[in-house]
Amino acid sequence: MTYQTINTQSATKGVLTITLNRPEAFNALNTLLLSEVADVLEQADKDSDIGAVVITGGPKVFAAGADIKEMAALDAVGVMNDDRPKHWRRIYQFSKPLIGAVNGYALGGGCELVMHCDIVIAGDSALFGQPEINLGIIPGAGGTQRLIRTVGKPLAMKMVLSGEMIDAQTALQANLVAEVVIPERTIERAHELAAKIASKPPIAVRLAKEALLKAFETDLESGLNLERKAFTLLAATEDRNEGIAAFMEKRKPEFKGR
Amino acid sequence: MSFNNIEFVIEDGVAILTLNRPDSLNSFNAEMHSEVREALKETKKNPEVRALVITGNGRGFCAGQDLSDRNVAPGAEAPNLGESIEKNYNPMIRSIRALEMPVICAVNGVAAGAGANIALACDIVFAARSAKFIQAFCKIGLIPDSGGTWTLSHTVGQARAMALSMLGDRITAEQAEQWGMIWKAVDDEAVKETAIATAKQLATQPTKGLALIKRAIQASATNTLDEQLDLERDLQTIAGRTEDYREGVAAFMEKREPSFKGQ
Repeated sequence: MTYQTINTQSATKGVLTITLNRPEAFNALNTLLLSEVADVLEQADKDSDIGAVVITGGPKVFAAGADIKEMAALDAVGVMNDDRPKHWRRIYQFSKPLIGAVNGYALGGGCELVMHCDIVIAGDSALFGQPEINLGIIPGAGGTQRLIRTVGKPLAMKMVLSGEMIDAQTALQANLVAEVVIPERTIERAHELAAKIASKPPIAVRLAKEALLKAFETDLESGLNLERKAFTLLAATEDRNEGIAAFMEKRKPEFKGR
Repeated sequence: MSFNNIEFVIEDGVAILTLNRPDSLNSFNAEMHSEVREALKETKKNPEVRALVITGNGRGFCAGQDLSDRNVAPGAEAPNLGESIEKNYNPMIRSIRALEMPVICAVNGVAAGAGANIALACDIVFAARSAKFIQAFCKIGLIPDSGGTWTLSHTVGQARAMALSMLGDRITAEQAEQWGMIWKAVDDEAVKETAIATAKQLATQPTKGLALIKRAIQASATNTLDEQLDLERDLQTIAGRTEDYREGVAAFMEKREPSFKGQ
């Protein structure tokens, strides 16, 4: 399958890589790009050879935001009928781990895409921001909701209201990213982590991701219930029996995804 | 490129940036800032350049900010010095520190105020024996800028950094060398040629490797040992993939002189 706005690299060690590829537009996330990313993730969801997906951009720009030209063409009714929220939801619904490898600018929609990733590895020169306010708009793909849950109120308010960027170290301290490495290592490190995750029992990984994300959406009691049900469900999998047996027999487990 | 306040030439893989307002001890005005910015940009993007030398013309290296630009008349509104730092000095120090090649400074004469701290931001500093370093800021109610409060703490330690910054004493090149503030004091007439020769030698060396060394040592200032060990692992991974590493090992095994490309 070929795409116009992204490149995909077929899976090695269970990891599929998506590279945003609109360098002429600083990887601005136009609707086509969003839909292509969502398409790839939906296919990856069904492909049992894929255990995790790495998403990355260019060396200087991860993604510089939404496509302003495209946005300018829409009036209120146009925005209301826009397909973009649908594509964002499709990205959010990807059930396997999505690892972001971020170098350079991740701004606006780019920063929101970062927040759709489950784990983010950033190069030490990466910069994150929600500059929408400068254009008289606000973040429209979770930037106000996910950011405040991730980095907390003071920093989220500062970023969204002033449009000021934060650097990779600040993003690390604020828990927006999981690790900061040298830029040349960003993709490699994301791959290492994704390959490690892809070697784990896939049903357990999927349920773990689901349970973790629920923590943002529910009260503790409901979250704990969901966790317990997922935990119980896993008791019915072959991989769980294999995992425990291998541990007791001091050997490497062989997971089958069942 | 032709400039009014600096000289900028590239020879044998080395960019030489000479501050050139000798009548005012090479102090900075707005135009000089923009010229230095342009020269640093060219240094960064020209693939031929593998080392940078910064020096000054005339009897001084650099007297920092040209204060005639900043004269505050009684009753006039106080200037916002932070703005000039944000726009001019900080980006310059950051570019020097981020430049992926060795930056050699030849302090040919007095280095005062921001001038001293620009010198100290360079990777290897040679100073003429008659040169003096002065953190002159305290004499006019200011604080050392251009990274001075950071660089001094990291080179000479807190006790000396405090006294140098609060007393504003002149430090000779030899004292600076003894304290570890600079690499070497050399005879006045030899300082520029020593710096340029060192830069030309370094320009034949594995530039990518040197850039990684620069990054590691800079990062150590804020890293824990544990973080630094991880960083060394990562940087060595990169270094081990350079053509120059391959060439270095091959030349050693074949008992010949290596020919490094800087990549």
